[in-house]
This record gives sequence, C-alpha cells and structure tokens, in this order.
Amino acid sequence: MNEQAVGGLYVFILATMVGLEIIRRVSPLLHTPLMSLTNAISAIAIVGSIGFAGSGEDPVVTILGSVAVFCSMVNITGGYLITYRMLSMFKRSKRSGE
Amino acid sequence: MIDAIVPFIGLAAAVSFVLALRWMSAVPTARRGVLVGVAGMALAVIGALLRPEIIDYRFIGAALVFGTVIGVPMAMMPMTAVPQRTALSHSFGALAAALVGTAEFYLHAGSIDGGTMLALGLEVLLGSLTFTASLMAFGKLQELLPQRPITFRFQNYLNISLIVTAVVCVLLLAIQPQWTFLFPVIVILALSFGILFIIPIGGADMPTVISLLNSYAGLSAAAMGFVLGNTLLIVAGALDGSSGFILSMVMSKAMNRSFTNILFGAFGQVQAKAASTEARPYRSASPADAADILKTAGKVVIVPGYGMAVAQAQHVVHELYDLLMKENIDVKFAIHPVAGRMPGHMNVLLAEANIPYDRLIEMDEINGELPMTDVALVIGANDVTNPAARKDPNSPIFGMPIIDVDKAQTVMVIKRSMAPGFSGIDNDLYYMDNTLMIFGDAKSVVQQIVKAIGGK
Repeated sequence: MNEQAVGGLYVFILATMVGLEIIRRVSPLLHTPLMSLTNAISAIAIVGSIGFAGSGEDPVVTILGSVAVFCSMVNITGGYLITYRMLSMFKRSKRSGE
Repeated sequence: MIDAIVPFIGLAAAVSFVLALRWMSAVPTARRGVLVGVAGMALAVIGALLRPEIIDYRFIGAALVFGTVIGVPMAMMPMTAVPQRTALSHSFGALAAALVGTAEFYLHAGSIDGGTMLALGLEVLLGSLTFTASLMAFGKLQELLPQRPITFRFQNYLNISLIVTAVVCVLLLAIQPQWTFLFPVIVILALSFGILFIIPIGGADMPTVISLLNSYAGLSAAAMGFVLGNTLLIVAGALDGSSGFILSMVMSKAMNRSFTNILFGAFGQVQAKAASTEARPYRSASPADAADILKTAGKVVIVPGYGMAVAQAQHVVHELYDLLMKENIDVKFAIHPVAGRMPGHMNVLLAEANIPYDRLIEMDEINGELPMTDVALVIGANDVTNPAARKDPNSPIFGMPIIDVDKAQTVMVIKRSMAPGFSGIDNDLYYMDNTLMIFGDAKSVVQQIVKAIGGK
C-alpha cells in the first residue's frame, strides 16, 4: 500500500471519530437541518469535479465533470440555504424564566 | 504560488466544516455554523478554480450557474417536502461521486494501481446504488410510487446476490486492473441494487432509510477523496458518513428494530391476529367537550404525529397553543424521534408554525412529566402512543419506546375514525377509561376547539 493511501486512511478514521463525537452532541431538535448541512458539506466533491470539468483533455471527461459540478452546486446552494432557512424558523418563547 | 496555498485552503475548509457541525449542537450557535460552512466551501471552490490544470472555464461556469438556478428553488420548498428534497439531494451528491469515478476510470483505465482501483470501485458502487436508491426514496416520499412495501419471493436472495456480485467485481478489478469490462458490470449491478433495495421498504421506515442513504453518499465522497488524493474530500465525506450513521442508529433504536430487520424485514405484512375481532367499547367527545376540559387543565402535553402535518393543522395547533398559554396553562409538545418522515422532521414542522422550540420536548424528558399532566392531546400520532409497546409482549411493536400518554389524567385523541393506522396495529390507548376520542379531520377539530375556548 502506498504512503498516500495510508495517510488518507489516517485522516478518514480520525475524521470519522471526530464526526461521531460532535454529531452525537447535536440536539435531536436539529436533526433535520443537520442532515441538510452535512449534505451541503459533502458536496465539497465539487472540488474534484472542477478538475475534470476544466481540464479540457477529453470531451467525455469534460461532460462527466460538468454534470458532477452541476450536481454538487445544486447541493451547495440548496443545502446551505435551506439549512439557514430552517434554523431561522426556530424561535424561543417570548416569556422567559418559566 | 497557488499550488503552495491550495493545501492550506483545504485545511481551512476542513476546519470550518468541523466547526460548522460543532455549532449545530444548539439552536443559538447553529446559524453561525452554517455561515462558517459556507465560508469554508467558498474558499475551497476558489482554490480549486485557481489550479493551473484548469484551462477551460466555460463548462464549469455554466454548471455553477445552472446548479444555482436549480439549487435555490430547491431550498424554498415547504417544510412538509423537506424529506423528499433531502432524498433528491442525496441522489445528486451520489451521482456526482459516481460520475467523477467514471471520468477517472475513463482517463486511466488499465493503468490504475490496485489500491486506487479499490477506492474507485467503492466510490462508483456506493455512488451508483445511492443514486437510484435515493431517487426511489424520493418517489415514495413524493407519492409518485406506492408507499406500501412491495415484496416477492426470493427478494432478499436476489438483492444480496446482486450486491455480493458487485463487490466481488470491485475486488477482481482491483486485483486485475486490465479487466476493464468489469467496470460497466459494477455500475449496472449497483444501479439495479439501489432500485431493488428500496422496493420492499415501507413509508414508516423512511426516516431510517434516508439517514442510511445520507451515510452512503458521504462514504462515496470519501472514497472519491482516496481516488483523487484529496484530503479535504476524505474529511468532508467522513463527517457526512458518520452523521448519517448516527442518525440511522437513532432512528432504528426509536423503532426498536435492527438494521437487518429494516432492510430485509418488509414491515408491511402485519399479523392479522394482532387486531381482535370483537368491538371494544370506547368513549368519544365533541370538540366543545374537549375545549371545556382543556380550559380547566393546568398542564397540557400535545403529541403531534405526521397525520397533523398531512391535515395541515400545524397553524391552528399554534393558535390553540397561544390561547392556552394566555390562560396560564402550561403547554408542551412531546416529540417522538420518528415523528414525521425524517429525523427531527416534526420539530421543523412545528418551528415553521411559529411554536417556540423550547416547548418542543424530547420523548425521554417528557415521559417523566406525563404522570403530572392533566391533559395529553394526541393529534395525528398513533403507534408512538400505543401502550402495548410497553405491556403486551405479543404486539408487533412491543419494546418500541413510546410517549407514555396513557399516564396522563385525561387523554384526548383526535382521529378520523377507529380504523387502525399505517402499521395496521390496533391501539390499546383508545379503549382506556381515561381516553376520549374526538372524531374528525385534525385541522377542523382543532379549529372548533379554538373557537369554543376563544368564544368565552
């Protein structure tokens, strides 16, 4: 196994452990916005897609990459916007200290 | 120059994603979390665009514009449609991973080393099956497809053999990268598995399935990170994957079902023996009676179910809440983890109707208060209130955690008729001495209650 793959595995396992720890603390109240937020975050796949869409090497690769950029962009704009919109709906009650 | 900066931009983006999720832990910091996530994403995208390998910006530009044009309206959907929207966005994410994997394979087929090929195979396998499975889930949630589980003989054997064959093909391709003909086989097997995998899953299990697909979409993005040697992708994919995993655990625990049972069990066929044939006596009341009882109460717990959202009753429920709070009655909402069609869905539906979030109480916490509650008002919820889950070992839902409404002084249930609900299980709650059934459409019944209370 090459060094890069081992490094990747380190990162993957540690990020998963961090993920499990912080997500466990998310209030069930916010599980729906949590899912739309993680959905937007994993659309970071756009970074890889851009490389294929803009390489200009081969029309097939350009098309596959561009569709992938499109899909990721839908999730980025849609995901962050709807998460923010949902969170804006959560309001505290006016009378406090009950 | 830019090549030296890009790795650090990636690191900054990874940190921002961790912070974004960290701040999602509570409402007051959550919006800040979204903003920091957006900032990280913007940095990463700019970094990717500045790379010297990018020579043609026309297609990227068009894709970014079209993506925004479709993405923004998808964020403006009503809250009842959020589960469908989420399923659809899982399919977009998974498709992106599958396409990038295919592009990589197309460019370098035959010369990819075994380890990378393994990651690429997993990326395409997970991406393709999540793509079709999420589309199927979307179809079921949008009611384009039948909600009832569809089962046939040897279904599980067929599904398992499909996925096992696909995994074997991935392994073979990793060992013998020149066997390129295996690649389309993997794609076709994965796409078909995605469809067949959702067919036997019923509407009630959708919250678990959506969470599971969330996890798969994340893992396919992480696999893509391995293929491209991109650490940021690995981190983001791992975070998404672990989030989906935790949510699916929460959901299956709340339904007292194992993963295997949900995926291979086809909950649909409910034992006819569970419903006794003899008609049992029950008490019913009018909305005016209900109003009188509510007015004299000191503490009221409302238990909403998806039926409330179907009847579009959230806003009248908010009116009822306001009216009772004005009378100095303590009103809280009891939220079961599987209320609604996806994790946390009920909270969002009630928040949309302007009900303050500090009144939305989780099941475990509210159960401690129910014995001191004067009135429990059940609106459109059924199985999650069935005391048989606690008392009757023969019940199909025995062991499922429920909201203990039966412990309240008086229970009022708003329901269309005595017909059993989605799962087909009769609810013992309806026949208890302290239960009053109020028949009718949830929205119009609550409206009548509001009128009766407000009119005096």
